[in-house]
Amino acid sequence: MSDNTEIISAQSQTPILEVSDLSVSFHLLEGVIPAVAGVDLVLNQGEVLGVVGESGCGKSVTARAVMRIIPTPPGSIDSGRVVFEGRDLFKLSEAEMESIRGDKISMIFQEPMTSLNPAFTVGDQIAEVFRFHRGMGRRESFERAVEELKRVEIPDPAKRARNYPHQLSGGMRQRAMIAIALACRPLILVADEPTTALDVTIQAQILNLIGQLQADIGMSVILITHNLGVVAAMADRLVIMYAGRVVEQGSVDDIFIRHHHPYAHGLLRSVPRLDRPTDELVEIKGIVPRLDDLPAGCAFSTRCEYVLDKCRQLEPGLKEIDADHSSRCWLEKTPW
Amino acid sequence: MVSSEEPRRHATSEPLLSVQGLKKYFPLGRRALSAKGPVVKAVDGVSFELGRGQILGLVGESGCGKTTTGRTLLRLIEPTAGRIVFDGTDVTHTNDMKALRRRMQFVFQDPYSSLDPRMSIYRILKEPIDNFMGRLSRSRKRAMVSQTLQRVGLTADHMTRFPHEFSGGQRQRIALARSLICNPELMVCDEPVSALDVSIQAQVINLLKRLKQEYELSIIFIAHDLAVVEHLCDPVAVMYLGRIVEISPKEALYNRPLHPYTQALLSAVPIPDPILERQRKVQLLSGDVPSPLNAPSGCAFHPRCPLVGDECRRERPQLAEQSAGHSVACFKADIVEASYGRNRG
Repeated sequence: MSDNTEIISAQSQTPILEVSDLSVSFHLLEGVIPAVAGVDLVLNQGEVLGVVGESGCGKSVTARAVMRIIPTPPGSIDSGRVVFEGRDLFKLSEAEMESIRGDKISMIFQEPMTSLNPAFTVGDQIAEVFRFHRGMGRRESFERAVEELKRVEIPDPAKRARNYPHQLSGGMRQRAMIAIALACRPLILVADEPTTALDVTIQAQILNLIGQLQADIGMSVILITHNLGVVAAMADRLVIMYAGRVVEQGSVDDIFIRHHHPYAHGLLRSVPRLDRPTDELVEIKGIVPRLDDLPAGCAFSTRCEYVLDKCRQLEPGLKEIDADHSSRCWLEKTPW
Repeated sequence: MVSSEEPRRHATSEPLLSVQGLKKYFPLGRRALSAKGPVVKAVDGVSFELGRGQILGLVGESGCGKTTTGRTLLRLIEPTAGRIVFDGTDVTHTNDMKALRRRMQFVFQDPYSSLDPRMSIYRILKEPIDNFMGRLSRSRKRAMVSQTLQRVGLTADHMTRFPHEFSGGQRQRIALARSLICNPELMVCDEPVSALDVSIQAQVINLLKRLKQEYELSIIFIAHDLAVVEHLCDPVAVMYLGRIVEISPKEALYNRPLHPYTQALLSAVPIPDPILERQRKVQLLSGDVPSPLNAPSGCAFHPRCPLVGDECRRERPQLAEQSAGHSVACFKADIVEASYGRNRG
């Protein structure tokens, strides 16, 4: 179990959010889909925690469960605790959760066009946060909204505050979303693929902005992405997910340099890199298994190059390899 | 009738495809049907050549006109102006487009919307055979479908299934099979891997490399991912707001980019290596890509360019060759080179 790794990380740093044994499933006509199965993760004060994995690995569902914005039904949270400031978020009333959401814990999403309301100006949407959480009046909250737009480096903020989302470019919409999320100076920002929909030059601008604001406010960030380059640039620690499970977690250097799980090894070798041209990309064979039809034993066993007999029968637990570095794999020593 | 074993004519040194002054303007608004309303200059004077057996990478950010360029090449949309010559035939003025279409195929970005959900894989792959190769016996068609499926890494028993039964990567293999089944010479691939997961991307990229050899294809590969393009393509053209701003053999473009936009693009790509990331110097561009409806005067890049000068605001730089095959449209190309060298230290 990962309890030990939590204790060790707690000694060196103060956890601000602890997720333990989180399981989420979706009850659909086709059957029950176990999207997240027993996820543990710790977010420390002031750090950026990268959560990496491919589509369907449960990274977004984990984030949404923390925010309690999974629609139930069809979703259901089958087990788990999310401890923040000594309280289990799953035990709070909806009203209590609402007062935390957008104030102490905020979230930004991948697609800024669909997550902003097209019927209100961006200024109004930022002002709403101040009215709801700080009880400000219309005029004062709107003035604050303009300041926030300035803070996220939108040119001519007073004019832009009166624009509707469709009048802004993709990069500016993402800046407006960040302004909404950071309006109340949250302790935690959950960023779900914040730059995936953006072009690389705009991605560089937005990552730079998130990094600056994180340092200014001193908040902790959960950064969800499939882009290994983005986490190498931004994250302090990493969690790698596969088929609803954490398969490896550790510091950025642990994962990139001393990774233990064959899936992490495969992922890192499968992306072409600008710093060193590769002759042949290494493939991870096969496809991601369906969540309702996982192989027996380890979920990665059907695609793993280093599979052992044991892997096909028994699912490995998260095993500590080093201080604050653990992997869900039976391999004693890595063959690479 | 064409057999898939027909040898390719490689004798000529003529480029397979030659494009000159390609333009595509989209009229806008209420007066869209008259000729006078506002126009979006999606592609505004693109010229390049594609040699036989080459993979030309066409890169740029959203809205730069790379997809429109790809589509006008096959006349999936009609170009406004320009000349496209494919293997000696003027594509824009031919009256037998069908014969050319067999030889020039397109692969779309999203394999979820490019395959008809109501057609079995056999019917999807049979359609181009029926369309381009006349009447063939059922057993011959089945053999072709089965053979092509195997060449893209699927099996013959997949042909009775339907698209929804396949994952994204497998669907893209089916889309590739559909384009390849009539043995084309040119394939235009529009972001064929960007909708796929990382581990699947590598599979499809490797497959594309192999198929290029097996089918002796020439490819135009449209993408926004510079690392994927470096891995797969040579030469590479960078587009900005409807024009090619730099075109060059891969080596030179990645090691010695001469356009400030190419430089900024390359420096903006995060590298999946924390140690290199800590040292990487990002050259942040201010602002967004301007709207092609309201393009800036002079050089379209000048409002975001760190090296902008007076002439850049007044005049539009033309593509000019700097070294063998390496052309750039920038007044400041000599300064760019010097500053990039320093950045890399």
